[in-house]
Amino acid sequence: MASRLRGGAGPMSGAHPLRGSVAVAGVAESDLGEVGPGRYSIELAAQAAVRALADAGIDKREVDGLFGVMSRHTLPAVDLGEYLGIRPRYSDSTMMGGSSFVSYLHHAAAALHAGVCDVALIAYGSAQRSIGRYGKPVPVSSEGPNYERRYRPRGAMSGYALAASRHMYEYGTTREHLAEVAVAARAWAQLNPMAFRRDPLTVEDVLNRPVLSSPFTSLDCCLTTDGGGAAVLVRSERMKDLPHSAVYLLGAGEAHWHSSISQMQDLTVSATSDSAARAFAMSGLRPADIDVVELYDAFTINTIMFLEDMGFCPKGEGGPFVAGGRIAPGGELPVNTNGGGLSYCHPGMYGIFTIIEAVRQLRGSAGDRQQADVHTAVAHGNGGQLSSQATVILGDESTL
Amino acid sequence: MKPGHEILVENLHPAATFEEGLAQGKLLYQRCDDCGVAQFYPRVMCSTCGSVRVQFAQSDGTGVVYAVTAVAATGDPYSVCLVDLDEGFRMMSTVVEMPAAEVSIGLRVACRFEQEADEVWRAVFVAAPAQ
Repeated sequence: MASRLRGGAGPMSGAHPLRGSVAVAGVAESDLGEVGPGRYSIELAAQAAVRALADAGIDKREVDGLFGVMSRHTLPAVDLGEYLGIRPRYSDSTMMGGSSFVSYLHHAAAALHAGVCDVALIAYGSAQRSIGRYGKPVPVSSEGPNYERRYRPRGAMSGYALAASRHMYEYGTTREHLAEVAVAARAWAQLNPMAFRRDPLTVEDVLNRPVLSSPFTSLDCCLTTDGGGAAVLVRSERMKDLPHSAVYLLGAGEAHWHSSISQMQDLTVSATSDSAARAFAMSGLRPADIDVVELYDAFTINTIMFLEDMGFCPKGEGGPFVAGGRIAPGGELPVNTNGGGLSYCHPGMYGIFTIIEAVRQLRGSAGDRQQADVHTAVAHGNGGQLSSQATVILGDESTL
Repeated sequence: MKPGHEILVENLHPAATFEEGLAQGKLLYQRCDDCGVAQFYPRVMCSTCGSVRVQFAQSDGTGVVYAVTAVAATGDPYSVCLVDLDEGFRMMSTVVEMPAAEVSIGLRVACRFEQEADEVWRAVFVAAPAQ
């Protein structure tokens, strides 16, 4: 089996060497929502890490690859290593925003495959909501130069709103299409006891909120919550000793084309078109082969654009594609089955949660929201202002 | 000097040059001598072809709104736009002297200069007179 996974003999010969070579052994969330005063981001990351290692059945002392970043830490992997008492021989704090954690699956797969580490731990935490409410927020600044700030865009929201304006202009995407994304996310959240917002939501509710940065109302925007998440990866042959059925990494891809929104060439096409193409090419699968999609829905336009850019529908047809409950529970394509960043949890950066939910769906352990016959899943992370994109394709034993 | 270095010494502070231009009522951008592509924001090299032979030029300040959002504020909403200048570069700005909700994609606009309370100069835009 090992030789087949490494692209040796067997039906997958000629496959990419990383395809199926590593597996996600454990995943976990920390406490989510609003954790209250006196708690720190690194504590949530550590709580998630402890739980993910327990889920994997792997002792903390075995971790020799450490992957993580937290917004207000200058030396995030170093801080995590100290806090957890891990002395890694391979570390990665690549910061490309919320997609970082999906990119770490790619990086960890390469590192595990190369043998430069044996057990990879990915961890994230943020107490942003509670720190904002009970503590003293730390101002985030960057050196510059900056050619946008003087026009006072409302944070990242205005960047995504500009993209939405262009998508509506070019393709006739409607205000209602955007709202359908939020409504579908909420319907999934109602099936997830960990979700932050679970009260019913209609298209009219979304439209009737005040406009913050047109076309978005507050309900087009992700939550602001606390939370952490973690994942543990090993080479696939290790899985036979571990408690859970393996969730294999079949494909991974990354791309970033711009950082600031004014440098994005076509506001309707994100670098997801590259990251997803790379991930699908490695996996040998197509969008039609995918059973569940977990993507980073920072704003409602994300879901529409990323479904297009990943190839689930043609460019420009994302609005009609999400309409009529197609991505909601009972629809044709389950998207963001945990409720997403819009209704489940969004602690500053959301990418790790796409992995956690994809793994749970593949294991069949997603409770009331579990989909039937899940063999393949996409986890897709986004960072900045539609800037950095990372896509992974995960699958169960049947996909090798 | 190594090839290219003699040019780089002339172009070592493009951000500062841009700000100085704004303070003099000039909207500066760059064009690459080698590939001809217009570039904004100003850089020490061409982000298209990698050449260091990039030259500042003054924009006529006319263009078209590529994307727009109206941002809610304590008073009236204000617009945040991406403007495609006629010389072939794009920048973030705002269209003033009209309600933000009426700023539409495709609107022809012309540049004005204003100084903020913090003394930062901004190139802003107004609807261009009909041609």
